[in-house]
Amino acid sequence: MIRLVILWLLLASPAAARYDTTGGEREQIVAGLSQNAVSITASYVGSEILIYGAVKRESPAPLGAPLEVIITVEGPALPQIVRRKDRRFGIWINTAEVTIDRAPSFYAVASTGPLEQILSDTEDLRHKITIPRAIRAVGISAEAEGAPAFVEALLRVQTAAGRYGWAERVVALTEDTLFRADVALPANLIEGDYRVRIFLTRGGVVVDALERRIAVRKEGLERFFTRMAFEQPLAYGFLALIVAVVAGWGAAAAFRLIRP
Amino acid sequence: MAGRVKVIGGIARQVLRDKRLTIWHKARKSWFTPPLSPPDPMQLFLPIAEVSVNAFLLLGMGGVVGFLSGMFGVGGGFLITPLLFFIGIPPAVAVATGANQVVASSVSGVLAQLRRKAVDFRMGLVLLVGGLAGSVAGIWVFARLSAAGHIDVFVQLSYVLFLGLVGALMLNESLSSLLRARGRAAPVRRAHTHTWVHGLPLKIKFRASGLYISVLPPLLVGALVGFLAAIMGVGGGFIMVPAMIYLLGMPTKVVIGTSMLQIMFVTAFTTVAHAVTNQTVDILLALVLIMGGVIGAQLGARVGVRLRGEQLRILLALLVLAVCLKVALDLLITPSEFYSVTAGRLP
Repeated sequence: MIRLVILWLLLASPAAARYDTTGGEREQIVAGLSQNAVSITASYVGSEILIYGAVKRESPAPLGAPLEVIITVEGPALPQIVRRKDRRFGIWINTAEVTIDRAPSFYAVASTGPLEQILSDTEDLRHKITIPRAIRAVGISAEAEGAPAFVEALLRVQTAAGRYGWAERVVALTEDTLFRADVALPANLIEGDYRVRIFLTRGGVVVDALERRIAVRKEGLERFFTRMAFEQPLAYGFLALIVAVVAGWGAAAAFRLIRP
Repeated sequence: MAGRVKVIGGIARQVLRDKRLTIWHKARKSWFTPPLSPPDPMQLFLPIAEVSVNAFLLLGMGGVVGFLSGMFGVGGGFLITPLLFFIGIPPAVAVATGANQVVASSVSGVLAQLRRKAVDFRMGLVLLVGGLAGSVAGIWVFARLSAAGHIDVFVQLSYVLFLGLVGALMLNESLSSLLRARGRAAPVRRAHTHTWVHGLPLKIKFRASGLYISVLPPLLVGALVGFLAAIMGVGGGFIMVPAMIYLLGMPTKVVIGTSMLQIMFVTAFTTVAHAVTNQTVDILLALVLIMGGVIGAQLGARVGVRLRGEQLRILLALLVLAVCLKVALDLLITPSEFYSVTAGRLP
């Protein structure tokens, strides 16, 4: 009987204690997004998404380390080819390339405070929160592993392009209960499901985590053209020709009418 | 007094700036260094290029290039495509869409030339056969170089080479003819001189051009132009017209119409081929460029009639050389970032 109880404890405890490091005073996230779908239309210039929520607890908040919130947004992963330029024959051309099997097309981290203070290394390793960890988590090929300069370059280039980013102290936490953050999604988005993760930490340890998804889809004309271009490329090519011929001929004819 | 006003003004400005900065900081809850631009109704998201560009900028670009092409009687592809590079359109999309835009600008030209009966259909057909073969080769090279990551440099180098060559030739030609006009009494160049071209086999009669020459030179000229159309997204008139006059010895009256006919069909084929092999034709981008281009071309043609030819040609030559220099500088100047990232497609 005792053995059975011990076995049950062993089996059940990892799941139960995964985020529950404070014993009985369990703190849970309740969260929502201002929108869970983004439509890319012809006039799309980027969008702002409000992520808000509250911390639910049965007993009063524990004393000690303050409560912190970390939010990440991750775009669909794609293979990324990183190329290095060198001067050859006086001009700058690509001389070396490394393919990174999969890396997020977009990744952003926001938090209530400096990440190195509110998140321990082991927790980061487990949940892959900071940018370098999240990128490596998705899948770095053996080829890229041997070329750290290329992985660093990926981070640098994507950060400069606004595709990877982090901001500390932009998540507002009120009374250790209510939190909110605004996420700006850039104009050059890739279609797919964007994963939003919200982490609650105390003293560097993750207390609770929650995941939500934002579906980013092209709509209307954008959707029509993209689907046609990839699914019926021949028809699309002829459509492009018809558009060109009609526009070219039509506008010239219109001009002749206006000014004979 | 003035000094004090200046000091107070300076302090006031400083305070205002600080205040604005604080407001800005508070307002900037977003995560990214570039804060979201206010919604701009004229911003257009291009579905294939996957970038957002101001529609007026595109319309204006199409208009200016159309104006120049109408004024000088050139296709304008060689200006549109580098301009698209400069505003951040991916080179592959710029080249394919450039070809589509050339189709539109040559359609109305071909119709006008047909009405004037200034087209040598047989010559056009031979040039076209060569052009299609060249285009197929160009598309293949384009796809291979894209995969190897050298397409940007290759396209840029082609531009530097051809724009530099054509610009220099045009400048030389118009400067010397300007000098000739002043000094008079220069030897008149004859179109019908016998060269090595006339010694080649497979001769055919080109009645409209009044020629009896081998099909090989027009086939080769056509192939070169087709190749350039696929690689650079240009019509290639700037190569074909001089080649038709000086190499083939065609009479000037049919040169424009015949070259336009070839350009229309070759760029049409190139557009479809790029759409099928590389999926890089952006209809929305093409449409806006064509709109601006057609209107600009009509206006340009009207202005061009009133201006003097030689000065115009010098201006065009300088413009071509300027674009060439800009593209060349991008290749020569040490970049601030040595690495570039290209997103691949999921297998």
